[in-house]
Amino acid sequence: MPLLEIKDLSLDIGPFEILRDIDLTVDGGEIVGVIGESGSGKSITALTVMQLLPPSAVAKGSVKLEGREVLGLPDAEMRKIRGGTAGMVFQEPMTALNPVKTIGDQVAETAMVHGGMSRSEALKVARQTLDRVELPANRFPLDRYPHELSGGQRQRVVIAMAIAMRPKLLIADEPTTALDVTTQAQILKLLQRLVDEDGMGMMFITHDLGVIAGIADKVSIMRKGEVVEAGPTVELFRNLKHPYSRALFEASSHVPPRIPPAVTGGTPVLAVDDVVREYPLPKRGLFEKRKVLRAVDGVSLRIERGENVGLVGESGCGKSTLARAIMALEPTQGGRIAISGEPIDPKRGASFATRRHLQVVFQDPYGSFNPRHRVDRLVSEPFHLLGSSAPTGVAREKRVARALEEVGLSAADAGKYVHEFSGGQRQRIAIARALIIEPSLIILDEAVSALDVSVRAQVLDLLADLSDRLQLSYLFISHDLAVVRSITDRVLVMRAGKIVEEGATEEVFRAPKHPYTQELLAATPDLEGALAKRETAGA
Amino acid sequence: MPSFLLGRIVSLVLSLIAASIVIFLVLEVVPGDPAQFMLGLNATPEAVATLRQSLGLDGPLLERYFSWVLGLLHGDFGISYTYKVPVAGLFADRIWISLPLALYALALSTLIAFPVGILAAVRRNSATDVGIMGATQVGLAVPNFWFAMLLVLLFSITLRWFSAGGFPGWQDPLLALKALTLPAVALALPQASILARVMRSSLLDTLGEDYIRSARAKGLSQGQTLWRHALRNALIPVLTIIGLQFSFLLAGAIIIENVFFLPGLGRLVFQGITSRDLIVVKSVVMLLVFAVILVTFLVDVTYALVDPRLRRATR
Repeated sequence: MPLLEIKDLSLDIGPFEILRDIDLTVDGGEIVGVIGESGSGKSITALTVMQLLPPSAVAKGSVKLEGREVLGLPDAEMRKIRGGTAGMVFQEPMTALNPVKTIGDQVAETAMVHGGMSRSEALKVARQTLDRVELPANRFPLDRYPHELSGGQRQRVVIAMAIAMRPKLLIADEPTTALDVTTQAQILKLLQRLVDEDGMGMMFITHDLGVIAGIADKVSIMRKGEVVEAGPTVELFRNLKHPYSRALFEASSHVPPRIPPAVTGGTPVLAVDDVVREYPLPKRGLFEKRKVLRAVDGVSLRIERGENVGLVGESGCGKSTLARAIMALEPTQGGRIAISGEPIDPKRGASFATRRHLQVVFQDPYGSFNPRHRVDRLVSEPFHLLGSSAPTGVAREKRVARALEEVGLSAADAGKYVHEFSGGQRQRIAIARALIIEPSLIILDEAVSALDVSVRAQVLDLLADLSDRLQLSYLFISHDLAVVRSITDRVLVMRAGKIVEEGATEEVFRAPKHPYTQELLAATPDLEGALAKRETAGA
Repeated sequence: MPSFLLGRIVSLVLSLIAASIVIFLVLEVVPGDPAQFMLGLNATPEAVATLRQSLGLDGPLLERYFSWVLGLLHGDFGISYTYKVPVAGLFADRIWISLPLALYALALSTLIAFPVGILAAVRRNSATDVGIMGATQVGLAVPNFWFAMLLVLLFSITLRWFSAGGFPGWQDPLLALKALTLPAVALALPQASILARVMRSSLLDTLGEDYIRSARAKGLSQGQTLWRHALRNALIPVLTIIGLQFSFLLAGAIIIENVFFLPGLGRLVFQGITSRDLIVVKSVVMLLVFAVILVTFLVDVTYALVDPRLRRATR
């Protein structure tokens, strides 16, 4: 009898068909990966097992946990399963914990609800469980609050909450997506260890093929509420049959075709020399001297015309702060920044004439637009930098139309509002907005990180094409090393405010010199490598 | 926590000093000579000058400010121009009506608003929710003096359960509370409506948080999730409103005090202003500012008790 058996599961929420005929089994001690893009129904499948669906959801079919039908089980029975037989870990560790309760209380709560324990007994269980997820008592006493922990540490607490009662099944819904690669590698190792120790079954949901190939024994690929393909990991990936799975596989390792730029010398589009950005830290005591945090510590870099430069590093390393300093959105405390040879005043910021050489595309395709403006107004916004020489009337319309066509949209889209577009299309609009005043440098701050792999591949193609045709330079900021490798000529590795390694992208990736770069690359999930490792282990 | 408290206390004292300077200066530049006003139009210049001197209106600005503040610190608020008695005595009589009335109204409004707001949030979009939201809408729209008159009509005149106004004093606490009941209800109605709406929306926000889902995934029931995880997190905006409401209730009850013939602080300020009794106005305003700042301080401390993230020294 399988631990979890999902058969012919279909689910509607109101008039929408969310899931159709899902089949999936998980055995004890087995890790089953569920992969798919956003909206494919993978999280809803997990929430159906836990019966944590919105009230309007109607499920048909069968979901059996240890042979017992879960669908239609009364809530009182379901509560014994949640946290008891089946635990669940979610994506966002920063918000998954209650900010006003200590970590000890939150882990102990699972034990109190299920084990009928007193608070002191439950706290003992919490202590043991936190030790198991490698949060030792000396550094992580029970009375710590979530805000005192990092993202990776919080995710460990969330895992502790889920496994406190040693459940038979653990459902992990994108548990490492919000984490840095090195932290991700640690959490994956932890989950693997817990599965091995307890003989737990795990349903592991992700959109990252590299991650899944590394951890899962079996994989199901989902698309639009259906399982399109399933099987043991290596077999499945070596003989992908469904066209969608193949497209997904290709998109995940997509390298956009590029013409290497002819570096002409001349004035660099961006010259950063020894830039320092400091933040005052809050005073701990009344009479203590105020300390400062150097978020950017003496960074120098140069970008030539037509060159794509990558800036990689983990969260908090200062890469976004550096980007904001270059955009003159933050004052600097030292060094010089020049855009196309024109220096930025560290106090007054850049003049309009300088700013027009520099545009930016941010990560969030949903939050980056005023929802009340039409696309033509949004896209033509940078024209104010041109002052009186900005085009008006028909000329303006033509420029907007050209910018939209340049990014693969149509001129007719100018009259629409952003909510009518998908995430990928919005990111294209953001690029059109950056392009419209013909800048020489575009800063792409995690610009493709929120996109699904297939959409991401398209946007990367677009960016490569634009750079080739328009002699555009990019400063491509990302935590995703695979993406940086595919699109940049040169890469800078940043850590704790400093550039630790710099060089031609291929060279740095092939033979990293700095130990930190080596660590980063080793932690990066690698589909091909993971498959090869499994094959040799199996053989 | 201790450094947080210290920081808050320093800011409390600084606010008080700033407020005293502003109040003093504003009332100094108000046109109209109090001495002239008190003596009437036919007073001789000599008489006005003598009165000015005896009231201490002659000295340099800085000296008058310090003597006023020193007096405040000793509980000496000066002598009222119109009543010819120490202002401190006037306060003492009235604060024992205004303060209990404000606390009573606040308690009522909280007792009504919490369950009602929670119920509306938990049963979101149900008939209960729609009904409650409709009722609070009415509660906000009805002027409280008109509601007060309806209360008098029903409970005093028709049913004869409560007296229609006046205050018997605190010799018999039960009787005193009874006299304050109708005014407190009239004051509490709009406050409860606001508070219930804030409670509902704050709780709805909280119930949509990820950690609520985490709690459910641990096996907690909906009720347990609400009590153990949602309520405390939903409390911060509600506390802010309660703090604002208390400050308002303490001095903003002028109309209700008039409807029920209660000699409270609101009426004292009103009378002080109409008769240009500047000493009374200055002192009452200072007292109210003190109350507002103190309440803000208490609200801040409560925030920190509720939310560990706010317990740092600086924010």
